[in-house]
Amino acid sequence: MTRIYVPRDSSALALGADAIAAAIASEAAQRGVAIELIRNGSRGLLYLEPLIEVETADGKRIGYANVEPQEIGALFDAGFAQGKPHARCVGVVDEIPYLKNQQRLTFARVGLTDPLSTDDYVAHGGLEGLRHALAMTPAAACDALIESGLRGRGGAAFPAGIKWRTVAQAHADQKYIVCNADEGDSGTFSDRMIMESDPYVLIEGMTIAGMSTGATVGYIYVRSEYPHSIAALEEAIRRARAAGWLGGDVLGSGRRFELFVAKGAGAYVCGEETALLDSLEGKRGIVRAKPPLPALSGLYGKPTVINNVITLATVPIIFAKGAAFYKDFGMGRSRGTLPFQIAGNVKQGGLVELAFGVTLRELMFDYGGGTASGRPARAVQVGGPLGTYLPESQWDIPMDYEAYAAVGAVVGHGGIVVHDDTSNLADLAQYAMEFCALESCGKCTPCRIGSTRGVEVIAKIRNGDTSEKQITLLRDLCDTMVSGSLCAMGGMTPYPVVSALNHFPEDFGLETTQPTTAAVA
Amino acid sequence: MNNKHIYSPVEEPHLDETTATAPDELVRRHLQPGRTLLAVLHAIQDDVGFVPSATVVPLAKAMNLSRAEVHGVITYYHHFRSDPPAAVTVQLCRAESCRSMGSEALARHIESHTGCHFTQHRHDDAHASAGGGALALESVYCLGQCAQSPSMTINGTLHVKMTPQKFDTLLAAAMAVATHTEEAA
Repeated sequence: MTRIYVPRDSSALALGADAIAAAIASEAAQRGVAIELIRNGSRGLLYLEPLIEVETADGKRIGYANVEPQEIGALFDAGFAQGKPHARCVGVVDEIPYLKNQQRLTFARVGLTDPLSTDDYVAHGGLEGLRHALAMTPAAACDALIESGLRGRGGAAFPAGIKWRTVAQAHADQKYIVCNADEGDSGTFSDRMIMESDPYVLIEGMTIAGMSTGATVGYIYVRSEYPHSIAALEEAIRRARAAGWLGGDVLGSGRRFELFVAKGAGAYVCGEETALLDSLEGKRGIVRAKPPLPALSGLYGKPTVINNVITLATVPIIFAKGAAFYKDFGMGRSRGTLPFQIAGNVKQGGLVELAFGVTLRELMFDYGGGTASGRPARAVQVGGPLGTYLPESQWDIPMDYEAYAAVGAVVGHGGIVVHDDTSNLADLAQYAMEFCALESCGKCTPCRIGSTRGVEVIAKIRNGDTSEKQITLLRDLCDTMVSGSLCAMGGMTPYPVVSALNHFPEDFGLETTQPTTAAVA
Repeated sequence: MNNKHIYSPVEEPHLDETTATAPDELVRRHLQPGRTLLAVLHAIQDDVGFVPSATVVPLAKAMNLSRAEVHGVITYYHHFRSDPPAAVTVQLCRAESCRSMGSEALARHIESHTGCHFTQHRHDDAHASAGGGALALESVYCLGQCAQSPSMTINGTLHVKMTPQKFDTLLAAAMAVATHTEEAA
């Protein structure tokens, strides 16, 4: 019986993985070859998708990359079911440097297992963290998370353990765990991959959060653009409940934790935690003023832990292996690893989990292999649409929250979008303002009005009015938005704009010698 | 041959199109204890393809909300449509990663190839006029496939590493399916 793996992650489905799986099953039946077809998650080497793997007699998994459905017959002819060579063969997948050189902690299981198999999950170390957490007091569990140094991976990088402790210490008849799975930033897909390729790790992390804070109900708020994630989570929750991992008696502990999926409806600003809470309550997703903090008055006014998918999915390994193990990775105050997402104009896009401290240049070239177009890379946006554009002079700064903040940039969610030398940064700056105008919730004036004025001013400059007055106006507007907006939507939209203006003034029709004194960046 | 009706005529009482989309009936069917307004709206749109504006009043009444609140939620979110969807809906990602891989040139190709225009919001008038038509083009912002840009969906099916040639083929296939379905109905 030969095991053949065909990913079920949407990145592979979008390139015909279902048709490939069907073709393999029918070819095998026709030829009388006994196979076991497993629909695994994605390995994260997205440039190789669809990546089919064949497990050989010695237990190694041989990969066949960029396979197309009509090639299955030829692959069988070449003996791929025995792991024999073929033009599509990329050898033992674990030995591919792109994967081998990573430090996979949060993504340890991703791509190896059938995402929905509870047996697979347990066989690969699942539930160890939850078992440890159940043996700890809530206070000790929160201390352990603080000790690990884990900071919010959604972008704001707030220490997760402090948030948990605040909720644990709050008195209320009901507390909630909310997972922010509204991954709307362009260039990010690590949340999606966890949800589709290892949903149980998120379920386990949220259950640990519940046990550590006294919350008995959790919600995963997933954007409507991720139907595959929603389907995977709903099925995983159903199975976890049947296995006794969720429900009234979590792993026989006598403690309760219920979990539900809620679907967003295409509003980018709902990725902001307080807007998300309003949306989860069924209302328009409008940003709330803070304080009160969600940790004290969150969902329906109750104490609420709200963390990003990657934060919660990292919790199980911290509790399984200990805070010291996790803390050992990273640099400075950025402890552990970050699943970087290499995207945009890049030859080898994919997910690369590494300890903090790696540089953008290493990610772009050692992993990404340079641009997809083959032209020189010019600007890289790190941290999503609200992150700055980094010119080549900044590509050697270590990926560390503080080191990036020192140059006005953000690590954010670890999304990296590469643009080649055909890009126009003035166009991208104008787009940043347009996007803010389109997606602003409208509650605060700097964001609601400022974004529209921003589009107009940039358009004027691009139309040839490059006078000092216009530039000053744009910088002043950006300063107002940074200082006066209620949340990061308006508060950070100026980051890409000002960095584009500072580092790529020629795209705005300005002299390149323009002094780079800036409001931000 | 479907014998279902013979044995269980009460099981599918909504098959008649007029009652299936009757606003009171729609609201009654999807209102459930514990469901928020947003969840009910999703259930309605998943059922009939859009949220008929005639459901606003019964929804408000049933959920003890004002009409403004219900209307506000429907129009706040890009996902909800107030008119029936076109036979084929193309959603092209226009965000940064896809831009870096030529989504804007692709958008121009799609517009000139189809004679339609992209809208940014389902509540735009432009979209309303396309309601129920053959083809609707919508801009979306990130489908989470940024390592394989540019990406799009055609009637909800995801496609990545899109090129103009690939798009033309996929669109022709989708339009053929849509026409076929219409003829069959």
